[in-house]
Amino acid sequence: MSAFAALVGRDLNLAFRQGGDWANVAAFFALAVILFPFGVGPEPELLARISSGVLWVAALLAALLSLERLFQSDWEDGSLEALVLMPLPLELQVLAKCLAHWLATGLPLTVIAPVLALVLHFDAAGMGALVLAMLLGTPVLSLIGSVGAALTLGARRGGVLLSLLVLPLYIPVLIFGTAAASAASMGFSAQPHLLLLAALLAAALALAPWAAAAALRQAME
Amino acid sequence: MPRFANPTQFMKLSAALVPWCAAAAALGIGAGLYMALFVAPPDYQQGEAVRIMYVHVPAAWLASLVYGVMALASAVGLIWRHPLAHVAAEAAAPLGAGFTLICLVSGSLWGEPMWGTWWVWDARLTSVLVLFFLYLGFIALANAFDDQSRGTRAAAILAVVGVINLPIIKFSVDWWNTLHQPASVFRMGGPTIAPILLWPLFVMALGFMFFFAALLMIRMRSALLEARLRALKFGNT
Repeated sequence: MSAFAALVGRDLNLAFRQGGDWANVAAFFALAVILFPFGVGPEPELLARISSGVLWVAALLAALLSLERLFQSDWEDGSLEALVLMPLPLELQVLAKCLAHWLATGLPLTVIAPVLALVLHFDAAGMGALVLAMLLGTPVLSLIGSVGAALTLGARRGGVLLSLLVLPLYIPVLIFGTAAASAASMGFSAQPHLLLLAALLAAALALAPWAAAAALRQAME
Repeated sequence: MPRFANPTQFMKLSAALVPWCAAAAALGIGAGLYMALFVAPPDYQQGEAVRIMYVHVPAAWLASLVYGVMALASAVGLIWRHPLAHVAAEAAAPLGAGFTLICLVSGSLWGEPMWGTWWVWDARLTSVLVLFFLYLGFIALANAFDDQSRGTRAAAILAVVGVINLPIIKFSVDWWNTLHQPASVFRMGGPTIAPILLWPLFVMALGFMFFFAALLMIRMRSALLEARLRALKFGNT
């Protein structure tokens, strides 16, 4: 357990000391969302209708930005080989890295989302469901993204390839996340969508570290 | 099984099988097309346009089947290191992508006169589109590394991860309220379409399957020959 916590702490330290990454992700999220009123016009009704979708798509794309570097720096300087030799199972190490990644990127996105939702005239009645949906959905993005990041480790044009691989797998999260937010903003219950998001999170927690660890092992061969 | 693991054995076996599969494919598709165009009756509502079904549905069945074959081959390659498994998966990928594309395009051409739209974002169409992107991702990943074997193994993992999409495709029309027709052939309680319509479907599907088998073996043979050429050219052991 302490090895797990140490790994999370190490990754968080790296993320915040190297500065840029989480701030880049948050800034990209904000900018992407802000572009939409310029693109589709400032009419409040239109913006309110597309707001949950825009927020989620922008969050998806922002999460993609930082995924490439999830394993890259460790792989490049050789610490990945040392990590594989650790007594902590590789699957748990992947889980630790995903947790750190989520704390550094997904959580800031979740915190900023309500503010940006106001900018898009998102109905305040749905705010709770939006935050809850993002709390459930952003970890899934980190987990599925970790599988993609492990698969594309060392590939040519790895960043673009990562997006091609990971975005189709993100679609269920996107569908249920936006459905939860829009349902709540229109006065319907968001519970079914939130429950499905929670199911996705449970499945990702169980399966993604296993797939990512397999991908890391074959990357090291 | 170990007998078929030998590439030389495979070359001998496939050299014998390919002409038969090709002939069976020609026969199956020819007979299927004849039945689809002349034997099967027009639909009482859709008229003659329903005949697109005899291309669209078998292509859809093959699209999912080929992905299943690809994922199974990838799993076998990863777990048991069968030498031909990865070759089979990489050979099958463009074929599956082709069938998926045929399914999507024929469906689109069918949807325009029937539903009044070229595309709709319902569960079945969206999940088949995701299947198409999974195929493309597999091909891209397999070719993305300078070390070819690294790409092969990474793509194999992707294929196994993407298997989750197959039950979603199958059951999407049951789980969600979709525009696409619900299951009428492979369902509990048996098919709900008349035999006169069912037989051309099965014959076409059989023809498509032999077509896939023939092409798969041809692609595997050329992949193995290519590997042999490379070994000769660069003087590997």
